Amino acid sequence: MTTDQGLVPTRRRRRTPVDWIREGGLSTLLFALPLIVIFGVFSWLPIGRALIMSFQETNLVVTSWVGLDNFRSVLADPNLPTALRNTGYFALLALIFGYPIPLVGAVLMSEVRRMKGVYSVLAYLPVVVPPVVAVLLWKFLYDPRPEGVFNQMLGWVGLGPMPWLQSATWAMPSLVIEATWAAAGGTVIIYLAALLGVPPELYDAAEVDGASIWRKVWHVTLPQLRGVLLITFILQIIGTAQVFLEPYLFTGGGPANATLTILLLIYRYAFGQSLGADYGEATALSLLLAIFLAVMSLVYFRLTRAWSSS
Amino acid sequence: MTTTQTSTMQTTTAAPAGAARPLARRRAAAMDTLRGVLSIADWRRRSVRTGMGFVHVLLLLVLVVIGLGPILLLGKFAITPTQDILRAPLEVFPNGIAWDNLHKAWFDVQISRYFLNTVLIAAGAWASQILVAATGGYVLSVLRPRYAKALQWMVLATLFVPGVVLLVPLYLTILDPPILGTSLLNTFWAVWLPAGASAFNVVLMARFFDNLPREIFEAARVDGAGPFRLFWSVVLPMSKPILGVVSVFAVIASWKDFLWPLLVLTKPDLQPLSVRLPSLQATTDLGVLMAALAISTLIPILFFLVFQRMFLRGAGLGGAIKG
Repeated sequence: MTTDQGLVPTRRRRRTPVDWIREGGLSTLLFALPLIVIFGVFSWLPIGRALIMSFQETNLVVTSWVGLDNFRSVLADPNLPTALRNTGYFALLALIFGYPIPLVGAVLMSEVRRMKGVYSVLAYLPVVVPPVVAVLLWKFLYDPRPEGVFNQMLGWVGLGPMPWLQSATWAMPSLVIEATWAAAGGTVIIYLAALLGVPPELYDAAEVDGASIWRKVWHVTLPQLRGVLLITFILQIIGTAQVFLEPYLFTGGGPANATLTILLLIYRYAFGQSLGADYGEATALSLLLAIFLAVMSLVYFRLTRAWSSS
Repeated sequence: MTTTQTSTMQTTTAAPAGAARPLARRRAAAMDTLRGVLSIADWRRRSVRTGMGFVHVLLLLVLVVIGLGPILLLGKFAITPTQDILRAPLEVFPNGIAWDNLHKAWFDVQISRYFLNTVLIAAGAWASQILVAATGGYVLSVLRPRYAKALQWMVLATLFVPGVVLLVPLYLTILDPPILGTSLLNTFWAVWLPAGASAFNVVLMARFFDNLPREIFEAARVDGAGPFRLFWSVVLPMSKPILGVVSVFAVIASWKDFLWPLLVLTKPDLQPLSVRLPSLQATTDLGVLMAALAISTLIPILFFLVFQRMFLRGAGLGGAIKG
């Protein structure tokens, strides 16, 4: 049970099970057991099962092969284009709200000299609030009456009252605002860490060339953050493609399916139907989504690789 | 789920070195990075100083309003009579304070019970994650049997499988697990055991173990320490930083989790706060509901304030790819 590869002498005898135990093979296996059992039962087995189930129809008692029927009926579901459009819309809005704000915030925060920690803690605080609590609290803040918290605030500047979650037009932006509030702090911290990695010499060099503050931000800071920006972009796509909690708790997919997302649709197929679950269709759709996400994470993986080796 | 999973794994190679680095050098490194976009010359200019001072005060104000505001508002609602919350949510206690809300939430609505459930679920999920990750990482990184490579690939591969795919088949596995023959539905095991299957944790541990000095393992072996002794008395005590990071993430993730416990814990008596709160919403007085929400937020926030550094470092790891 040694790790001295290369030092192993050329003499090779056939190993017997007794040798294996004497070399510690048994105790090694004992250490590997939790991983093998837990991953086997709760990860590898379900993954295999997902592949099989998407070609089956089951009511948990009788199971039959149906070929591509599940995929066909999922793709023919009139709700799918709606869910795709809504998820895309959510992702787009999340990028518009959630992408520039943390960047600007982080660049400004990185110049703070005193009480830097206070800034980071304040920015990160919403991330720590349990998502369910955040949604239930915001649901009340989005109260559509003129007395509602946000409507009162809008009233101060002569706007509103807005219907917020009640209207098909405003429901999705409302969800995204809350989701951005809940997540932006994490992105700020990522950018702050990346900003620490910008070599000071680059700024020195830019100053020698007489660059102004804005030019330094534009020509040094932002290009140096390019890698991180790309990575947070992909992470955000991966995250928003799986959005569930906000539409489920805020609106249940309404009003008029305006916030029905892909994951909500999967949930409805499998668990949200009173007339028996459709596990086959649910897995078929999640498999399609998973392929998209796997491609995204592969790109992410390649990028982090490329950047960490450069 | 996948987001944090992949993000942290690239970077942890630097962690043990950083942990071992003496304080003085760490401080010197901090001095180096003090210089940002603005140079010392920039800071000497009056316009820059007043401008930045103004920007920073403004930034602080915005952060207080956005970051702290909703949480303070929640704290205020928790002790405000329902009538006042509905009529004038932004006024500060127009008709006095209702401490009663907290009492009612804890006892009448039985937040105490769901709180206990949440703690039990988090503790079990933590234990299963630590057990799998520590032993698994030890096998992959230190013991390295011949099947380690294959095992490592099978663990890594699951990183690319998003949680969505597992939702239904994992649910069916819980309904009818192999060998056991009895459904795990409505037991805490249904949440504890799948939590252990986190490739992210295993990779994190293995990376950390990879960077521990091999000579110490060899020395321990020469002194006659077997694999158990080596694990318990050498590897684990040296791995406190990574155990801390995995623990904090495990507890917080479990506290936040919603969809999975919603599916497998259908009996209200067993449900954690995250699952229970939405169903309470319809039947509970608004003031009491707000008190319940505030109580549920208290622990994670305290946790964050105490382990601040670990949180922020962990969150920053995602971007520190160059480190």
